[in-house]
Amino acid sequence: MLIRGRCWKFGDNIPTDQIVRSDRVLLPMDEIVTHVLENYNPDFAKSVHPGDILVAGKHFGQSSGRAIAPKAIKATGVGAVIVEYAARLFYRNCFEIGLPILECTGITEMVNEGDLLSVDLVKGVIRNESTGDKCRAKPIDPFLMAMLDAGGLIALAENLSEQQ
Amino acid sequence: MGKTFAEKVMAKAAHLPETTAGQVVDVYPDLIMSHAASWRCIQSLEKLGTDQLYDVNRIAMVMDHTAPARTAKTAADQKLCREFAKKKGITKFYDINAGIAHVVLIEDGHIRPGMVVIGTDSHSTIYGALGAAGTGVGFSEVTATWVCGYLWMRVPQSIKVIIDGPLALGASAKDVMLKLIGALTADGGTYCSIEFHGSYVRGLSISERMTLCNLAMELGAKFAYVPPDDVTRTFLREHGVDPLDYEEIYPDDDAVYLKTVHIDGSQIVPQIACPHTVDNVKPIHEVSGIKVDQVFIGSCANAKYEDLAEAAEILKDRKIAPGVRLIVTPASRKVIERIVNEGIFDIFLRSGAVITNPGCGACAGDGGVMADGEVTLSTANRNFQGRMGSYQADIYLASPSVAAATAIRGVITDPREFLVKEGQYI
Repeated sequence: MLIRGRCWKFGDNIPTDQIVRSDRVLLPMDEIVTHVLENYNPDFAKSVHPGDILVAGKHFGQSSGRAIAPKAIKATGVGAVIVEYAARLFYRNCFEIGLPILECTGITEMVNEGDLLSVDLVKGVIRNESTGDKCRAKPIDPFLMAMLDAGGLIALAENLSEQQ
Repeated sequence: MGKTFAEKVMAKAAHLPETTAGQVVDVYPDLIMSHAASWRCIQSLEKLGTDQLYDVNRIAMVMDHTAPARTAKTAADQKLCREFAKKKGITKFYDINAGIAHVVLIEDGHIRPGMVVIGTDSHSTIYGALGAAGTGVGFSEVTATWVCGYLWMRVPQSIKVIIDGPLALGASAKDVMLKLIGALTADGGTYCSIEFHGSYVRGLSISERMTLCNLAMELGAKFAYVPPDDVTRTFLREHGVDPLDYEEIYPDDDAVYLKTVHIDGSQIVPQIACPHTVDNVKPIHEVSGIKVDQVFIGSCANAKYEDLAEAAEILKDRKIAPGVRLIVTPASRKVIERIVNEGIFDIFLRSGAVITNPGCGACAGDGGVMADGEVTLSTANRNFQGRMGSYQADIYLASPSVAAATAIRGVITDPREFLVKEGQYI
């Protein structure tokens, strides 16, 4: 699976409460999506294009395990999230809802906001087409890759039960 | 080579002879907890189109985050859960009168040593207080585990935290954890199992063990663990658990840890987590004097009986400062029963506090929120911006003693002023 898009870059230790603010979690998704990460970059939700790539630092998605955070990122059209490393529950929730996420040490040094990136999810290879740099992320376990291909855990389970 | 608690408990729940940190295994949890998000799990189940549950006795449901309902939508969500539990025969269903899931399940003897417990709440690490492995998962995963009985887990690496006691005057389990979170930072335990050892932990009350394990989540931990001992066994017996119904699990002496951290409890002073992150921790003298508008004594971290008793000791025969709002939200109905019986309810009432129904309350932003520019000192476990109402508001986190002292003075106050003057510990 190849994903190609512009880089949106965020910092370290961003909590789920700030990906979608606590006072917005119960809004309908079409409203939530216009406010994603608003406190860090108000332009992000307005200007993000389908397939763009969200890059963040360490411990991305810390705090509450609410799956609305990765869901809202997915709803913006972001094609993949690449982080130095993710908070445990956020990492799990990304696969559960079908948002590709890669952990890659050094990614924040290799890319700048607006760079054109391409990501090969299966190989874990990330290319910065703007600078020519490339690096390799921690590979995704095959069974998690299957979950992503299906579009998330429930979709995977639906597919499996249909096959039976 | 020896094994950690996490490696042993994962092997047991995965029905394997052994596991090693880093390995991914299919784990059969002994208990699957869902709270206010249960309606989402039920909707996912409907989407799956199956009616078969793996084992209904492993399911617990607690209506805690937004209780009682304030909107028709929440009321409908809770109705869905109530009807589902009845239809499926879920006996561990707790309605809006019970309290916070973590505390209720421990009080009612549903958590036992050696269990693996998953929950739709990140603070599920709290179950380590009884030597169980508890961790948070998303709601679709709960749904899938209801049906399949298992889920994937990566066996975590472990960090050994050795705390030497006793603690200094005015310090509590909350201060120990804030100190640790400040030192290791919010990602210092990401994906790890945190084991608590040392002379402070041995013989410690279950309430304080719950505070330790609850706050381990704020290090990014997957599990937390306190080795079971006689305190654990007595607690379980008193809460109706038969010793034959559990298996205590201990790490080996030569288990391999990612790192070992030592804490000297005698050197710990009251600690405060300052806005807007839990690891922005300062000793109390650096922040005392900051004016507060509201004090919240609540949450799964610090609203158990012992926590309320600790606050009441300082509030006894005193009034809160004019203009300050003190909100007390006991963790469970059983906690309320006990504070009523022991006169602690009256102490809060006479001090000028408002006492709410049991549950998550203001910690989850359900009531007790702030206006722009306001400040709350809270005994909860999170202080991220916007968690309690306005984005232009500050949350400080501290122990129940600090909360009580602060409510009386109206500014962040070192509780030792009261404890020493009363001569209680001299």
